[in-house]
Amino acid sequence: MHRVFPLLVSRLTMGLAILLTLACVPVVGMTEATAASATEADLQTGLILLKQKRFAQKAEGVDALANSGDTLARSLLEALLNGRLFERKSDGLLVFVDTRGAELRIEDVLTGEMLEPIKKRQLRKIGINNALRTRIRAALATFDLSDPDPAVRLVAVNQMLDTLDPETTERLRGYLASESDPTVRDAMISAIHLANLSADDPALRLAAVEGLSGNLQPAVRNGLVALQSSSDDPELGAAVNEVLNGIDLRIQLYGLAETVFFGLSLGSVLVLAAIGLAITFGVMGVINMAHGELIMLGAYTTYVIQQLMPNAVGLSVLISIPAAFLVAGLVGILIERGVIRFLYGRPLETLLATFGISLILQQAVRSIFSPLNRSVATPDWMSGSLEINSVLSLTLNRLYILLFCFLVFSALYLILKRTSLGLQVRAVSQNRAMARAMGVRSARVDALTFGLGSGIAGVAGVALSQLTNVGPNLGQAYIIDSFMVVVFGGVGNLWGTLVAGLSLGVANKFLEPWAGAVLAKILVLVFIILFIQKRPRGLFPQKGRAAEG
Amino acid sequence: MGLFSAMRGDRGGQLLLAVLALVTVLVLVLNLLVPAGHPLHFPTYTVTLLGKYLTYALLALSVDLVWGYLGILSLGHGAFFALGGYVMGMYLMRQIGDRGVYGHPILPDFMVFLDWERLPWFWSGFDQAWFALIMVALVPGVLAFVFGWLAFRSRVTGVYLSIITQALTYALMLAFFRNEMGFGGNNGLTDFKDIFGFNLQSDGTRVGLFVASAVALALAYLSCRYIVASRLGRVVVAIRDAEDRTRFLGYRVERVKLWVFTYSAILAGVAGALYVPQVGIINPTEFSPLNSIEIVVWVAVGGRGTLYGAVAGAVLVNYAKSYLTGALPEVWLFALGGLFVGATMFLPRGLVGLLGRSEARP
Repeated sequence: MHRVFPLLVSRLTMGLAILLTLACVPVVGMTEATAASATEADLQTGLILLKQKRFAQKAEGVDALANSGDTLARSLLEALLNGRLFERKSDGLLVFVDTRGAELRIEDVLTGEMLEPIKKRQLRKIGINNALRTRIRAALATFDLSDPDPAVRLVAVNQMLDTLDPETTERLRGYLASESDPTVRDAMISAIHLANLSADDPALRLAAVEGLSGNLQPAVRNGLVALQSSSDDPELGAAVNEVLNGIDLRIQLYGLAETVFFGLSLGSVLVLAAIGLAITFGVMGVINMAHGELIMLGAYTTYVIQQLMPNAVGLSVLISIPAAFLVAGLVGILIERGVIRFLYGRPLETLLATFGISLILQQAVRSIFSPLNRSVATPDWMSGSLEINSVLSLTLNRLYILLFCFLVFSALYLILKRTSLGLQVRAVSQNRAMARAMGVRSARVDALTFGLGSGIAGVAGVALSQLTNVGPNLGQAYIIDSFMVVVFGGVGNLWGTLVAGLSLGVANKFLEPWAGAVLAKILVLVFIILFIQKRPRGLFPQKGRAAEG
Repeated sequence: MGLFSAMRGDRGGQLLLAVLALVTVLVLVLNLLVPAGHPLHFPTYTVTLLGKYLTYALLALSVDLVWGYLGILSLGHGAFFALGGYVMGMYLMRQIGDRGVYGHPILPDFMVFLDWERLPWFWSGFDQAWFALIMVALVPGVLAFVFGWLAFRSRVTGVYLSIITQALTYALMLAFFRNEMGFGGNNGLTDFKDIFGFNLQSDGTRVGLFVASAVALALAYLSCRYIVASRLGRVVVAIRDAEDRTRFLGYRVERVKLWVFTYSAILAGVAGALYVPQVGIINPTEFSPLNSIEIVVWVAVGGRGTLYGAVAGAVLVNYAKSYLTGALPEVWLFALGGLFVGATMFLPRGLVGLLGRSEARP
C-alpha cells in the first residue's frame, strides 16, 4: 500500500490528498488499536504534506509528524532538518539519502529497506526554509521531552523557549507533572513562566517576571525586554527592570569569568612553553634559543605517534607525553654535550650558537616532514565544551591543557624540591664553585638539567599540538614570549614563571577586546620592556650572593 | 688624536678602504665606460647587488661598534635599519605623486585603498628631501636614545638587554604589520619611481646609489675608527671588559653607552635608507628578530671588535646567501645554522682572527 499510495498523491491537489488519507485510515484502523491508528494517520498525513511545494503545507506536515509521537517521525524530522530527506522522482517514494559515499545510497523511509543506488537527478530534495527549521527543532524538542536521559530532556526544554506557543506550553505542563529531575523541573517552570509573560492576568504576569529572576537563557531576556517596552503597568515595569538588571549583572559576571578562563588558558600555554626555559636559563644561565624548536620536536613526536597508531587517537596523545619528553630531552642533552658545554661563561656566544641550532632543527624538520603544516587529531574526550550555563561554556581542550600545565608544574616543583637531583640542581644554580667543592658533579648536573628543561619543552609541544597546527615555525612563534615570561617572572624561580605566565595571559585577554589582538600583544611587550627597567631581575628575583651589576 | 693617526695603526682598515676605493672606481669604469655586451662590462644588476652588500656592511659596522667594543649584544639593530628604510620609503612614496595606480595627487596607493581621507600627520614633510634626510638619522637615533636611556640608567645588562632589544624589534614588527599604523601594513612601501628627481630604474641612478653606499661606508668606517681610537674609545673598551670597575673609577658609564649606542643606531638607519631605494621595497619583515640575529652572525663570522672584520663578514655571508639560496635553497638554513655554531665555537675571533693578525688594539 505504501508504495502505491504516494504515487497517486504526488500528482493530486492538497484537498484530495487529505480526503484520500482519511479514506485510507479506517482500512488500517480495522486491524489495529484505535490509538495506534491515530498515530498512523498523523504519520501518513505528515508524509503527504511534506511533499507539497508550499512551505505552509510542509509546516502542517511537520506538526502532524510531531503529534504522531512515532519514532519513525522523529528520524524523518531529523533527516529533513539535515537535508537528507529526498523524494524519488519516478514513484514519489520518500527516501533517506546518504550522500557521503561515491554513489548515493538510498533507504526507504517506511520500511528501512536499502534500495538500488540511483543518480542524484532522479531524486528531488524536500526543501525547507528557516521558519520551518525552527518549527522542526521545536518538534524534535517535544520528542526529546520523553527521553529517559534527563540531560536530553533539559536541552529539549531549553530549545523550546524560542518557539513557545499556548499549545507547547500546555504540553510542557503535562510533562511537568511527571518530571522527577529537579533541574529539568526548574527549566520547565521557567519555560511556563516565560509563556505567562504574555498572560492577560496581571498577577500571573508579575509572578512570572519574579519567577524568571536570575535566568540566563537569551530567550528569557528577550521576552523580558519585549515586556518592558510594551507594558504600561508601573508595578510590573519596576519588577521587570529589577529582574533584568539582575540578569545583566550575572551575564557580565559570567563574561568576566570567561575572559579570565581564556586568559588563564593562554597563560597556561605560555607557562608550559616557558617553564623548561626557566630551568635551563635559571640554573645554567644559558640562553637556549633552540628552546622553541624543542617544543616543535615534541609536537612532531605527537604527530608521528599518531601516524603510527591512527585508530587510537586518545591513547596516542597519552603515549606522546613521555615519548616527547624523551625525544626532546635527548636532543637537549646532545645540544648541551655537543655545543653548550664549550661555551660556559660566555652567555652571548651561547645565545648565538643555540640560535644556529634552532635554524638547523627547523630546516631538518622542513626537509623530513615538508614545510607544510600538519594537523594532529584531538581525542574525543578533549573536544567539545563544558557548558556551565547558556552564557558560559569552557572549551574542553583548553581546560585540559590548563590542568596539564598545573600537573607539569607540580611535577617539576616536586623534582626540584624533593629529589637528590633537584637538590644538586639548586646547589649548582646558587653557587657552582661551592657545589663542586661539596662533591656535586656539576657537568653531569648540567647535562641532566638541560635534558630536563628540554624534555619539558617537548611535553609542552604535545599540549600545543592540540591547540594549533604543527609546522616548522611552531617554535619560533613561542620563543620570544617564553623569554618574556621567564624574565618577567624572575630568572631561576618556578613560581615566578607560573605567576608571570598566567598574569600575562590574563592581561592579554583583558586588553584584547579593548585594543585588538595585535595591539594587546604589543602593549604587553612594551609593558615588560618598561618593567625590566624598573626591576631588572623580574617579579621574584633569586636571592643569592652573586655580585652582579 | 687626529683621524690620520687613528688610521695609522689600523692595517686592516687601510686595506679595507683601499679595496673599497678600488672596487668603486672599477665598477664605475666597467659599468659606465665599457659598452654593454663587452665581456668586461659590469651589469647594472650586479652593481645594485654590490650596493646592497655595502649597506649590509654598514649595518654590520654599526653592530660591531656596540657589540665588539661596548659589549652590548643588540638583537634589535634590524629595527633601526628598518626605521631608516621606512623613512626613506616614505620620502620615495611621496615622490610618486599622482603616478600611483589610483592616481591620487597626494595619498599613496595603500591609503586610497584603505579609504583614508587625508595624509596622517606623521607623513607630512616627507615630500621634502632635506626633511626626510634629517629624519633618517633622527628617527632611529631618538628611539635608540630613549630606549638606551631607560635601559642603561637602570643597568640592564648582558642577556637581559639582548632579550629586550629583541622584544623591541618584535613589537615594532607586530605594529608595522597593522594597516592602521599607516605604513602600508604587511605589503610595506614599494613601487617607487624616483629619488631626488632621478629615475630609480635608470643605470645612472643605480650606480649613483652604489657610490653613495660606498662613500657612506667609508665615512662611517672612518668615524667609528676615530671613536674607538680616541680617549672615549678606551673608556668604551673598559666598559666592555669591566663595567663596574670603570664606573668605580669615576666614568659616567651610562652616558658613554648611551651615546655610542645612539650613534650606532643612526649608522644603522643610514644603512637602511640607502638599502631601500636599491632593493625597491621595505616591509615589516625587515623588523623580524631573525634578521637582527643574522646581522650579529655576519659580525661574528667576520671577527668582532675589529670593524673591518664586520664589513668583510657582512659581504662574505651575504654573498654566500645569494649563492646558496639560488643554487641550493634547502641547504641555506643548514649553512647559516652551521655558521652560527661553528663561528662561536671554533672562530671566537672570526675570519680575520684566522689571518694571524692580533685583535686590533684601539
